[in-house]
Amino acid sequence: MTTRPATLPVRGPGDRLSDLFWRRPRLLLALLIGPPLLWLGVVYLGSLFALLLQSFYSIDEFSGLVVPEFTLKTYAELIRPSNFDIILRTVMMAAAVTAGCIVIAFPIAYYAARYARGRWKAAFYLGVMLPLWSSYLVKVYAWKLILAKEGIVTWAAEGTHTSGILNALLSLPVIGGNSLSTSYIGTWIVFVYVWIPYMILPMQAALERVPTSMIEASSDLGASSGQTLRTVILPLALPGVVAGSIFTFSLTLGDYIIPQIVGSSRLFIGQAVYTLQGTAGNIPLAAAFAVVPIAVMLVYLAIAKRMGAFDAL
Amino acid sequence: MHSDARASFGLRLGAILGLLFLHLPIALIFLYAFTTEEKSYQFPPPGLTLKWFGVAWERADIWPPLYLSLKVAAIATALALILGTLCAAAMTRTRFFGRDQITLLVLLPIALPGIITGMSLRSAFAVMDIPFSTWTIVLGHATFCIVIVYNNAVARFRRLSGSIVEASTDLGANGFQTFRHVILPNLGSALLAGGMLAFALSFDEVIVTTFTAGQQSTLPIWMLQELIRPRQRPVTNVVAIVVFAATFLPILIAYYLTREGHETAGGGK
Repeated sequence: MTTRPATLPVRGPGDRLSDLFWRRPRLLLALLIGPPLLWLGVVYLGSLFALLLQSFYSIDEFSGLVVPEFTLKTYAELIRPSNFDIILRTVMMAAAVTAGCIVIAFPIAYYAARYARGRWKAAFYLGVMLPLWSSYLVKVYAWKLILAKEGIVTWAAEGTHTSGILNALLSLPVIGGNSLSTSYIGTWIVFVYVWIPYMILPMQAALERVPTSMIEASSDLGASSGQTLRTVILPLALPGVVAGSIFTFSLTLGDYIIPQIVGSSRLFIGQAVYTLQGTAGNIPLAAAFAVVPIAVMLVYLAIAKRMGAFDAL
Repeated sequence: MHSDARASFGLRLGAILGLLFLHLPIALIFLYAFTTEEKSYQFPPPGLTLKWFGVAWERADIWPPLYLSLKVAAIATALALILGTLCAAAMTRTRFFGRDQITLLVLLPIALPGIITGMSLRSAFAVMDIPFSTWTIVLGHATFCIVIVYNNAVARFRRLSGSIVEASTDLGANGFQTFRHVILPNLGSALLAGGMLAFALSFDEVIVTTFTAGQQSTLPIWMLQELIRPRQRPVTNVVAIVVFAATFLPILIAYYLTREGHETAGGGK
């Protein structure tokens, strides 16, 4: 009786290569991770580095050319009142949008997490997912139609005899305006609409993790449903809210399309970046402006991390 | 958390109003594509007509942006499929030093606002004197599409049990045969879903694109220009419907391809 080896004979280069990978798993790992790492490292990190680099350059006031020498002059320009106003305005809008998203998202997330089941659960999921993924520009455009002076809101207000309320709202200082589509109120509504799915999803995930037994225990101990909500459900859902707010805050900070289409003519950070790099040709200042959302978000993330928001992602 | 009690009236009302708030605005886009009024957004529309679909078809300035958008989305999706799958395969295979950092790196292009990705690329092109072309657009799009494919592929890899790969090896298949006959068929629908979502994301992207396109015009950029300086408003609505369909259908397909799994597509945009 002849003895046979336990392994099959090598049948070609494919086998030989497989054997090599088996013996040296690190080689296969390097081959797999290499191309994506190279792409992200060169294209993305390289670009982020270029952004930082440009923000430390300055522009020659007479020739309008970029001076490639290290300076903090460009960052100093950010603190000039007109530029600082832009930053302040954007951060305040981001905070207001986040607050609006939390209020409107909560009933949806709470219902989907606690009461919806089977087909309804799927319907809720799709109901949030489809607006999240459908075209951003189409959504913004839809609101331009709605908020226009001759549009559906004015029509509905006239039909229900509430034009007075609408006009009172629009006559408010600062946030009011000629029509909803040219006021901060309009900008705020569109921001809330576009980013709200980013709030619903993590909120729902956090609410689904609240154990039913805790809610039952709370009511067994005599708490009213309002008390249970305040002292049991909300604290446990907070990490999800914070996780969602990271998205709504960050996305509002960086957006420039929405305030351009719906809103007053006063600039937001994104618009400043866009006009500075384009028509003004001041890439260093545009880059410095783009660093602001990164800095704000780093502070925000540090706070969120302390509140345990990342366990909910 | 589940409860057998019925939701209170207030909660149900809030949930329903919330969902309506999410969906009704898009319906208006469809309505205004049929209006006879082209100078303003008058509501209710004074009359209804089908002529704008014909007008949009005849408009010569719509076709080149449409082709460019399709081309960019196709190339970016192909690149993202390759890079995202490679990355997912590496990340599920082993634990190694710097693994968490790589996850963060993959996620970053979509976690940071688009304007930062856009302005970064714009700075890099300025530093290196790279002229704008189709490829500068593709560069940006592929970068933020990788994470979409990666998320879908990594979820499927996790569900794929190691034993079927071992069985394949025991039956004498080499690594390539195992990939071709065992891994790929199992991965297929996840990759298709990831590709669909990446395509939808790229086709619709406008913020990064405005920084990387220069004078070129993709369909979203064409739409943006129409929003700022409207000409025939209902024509913009017809195009909006096309853009909506081109993103909506892939998402729906991706959902049905992955809904059996625990990690349904789209959760991580």
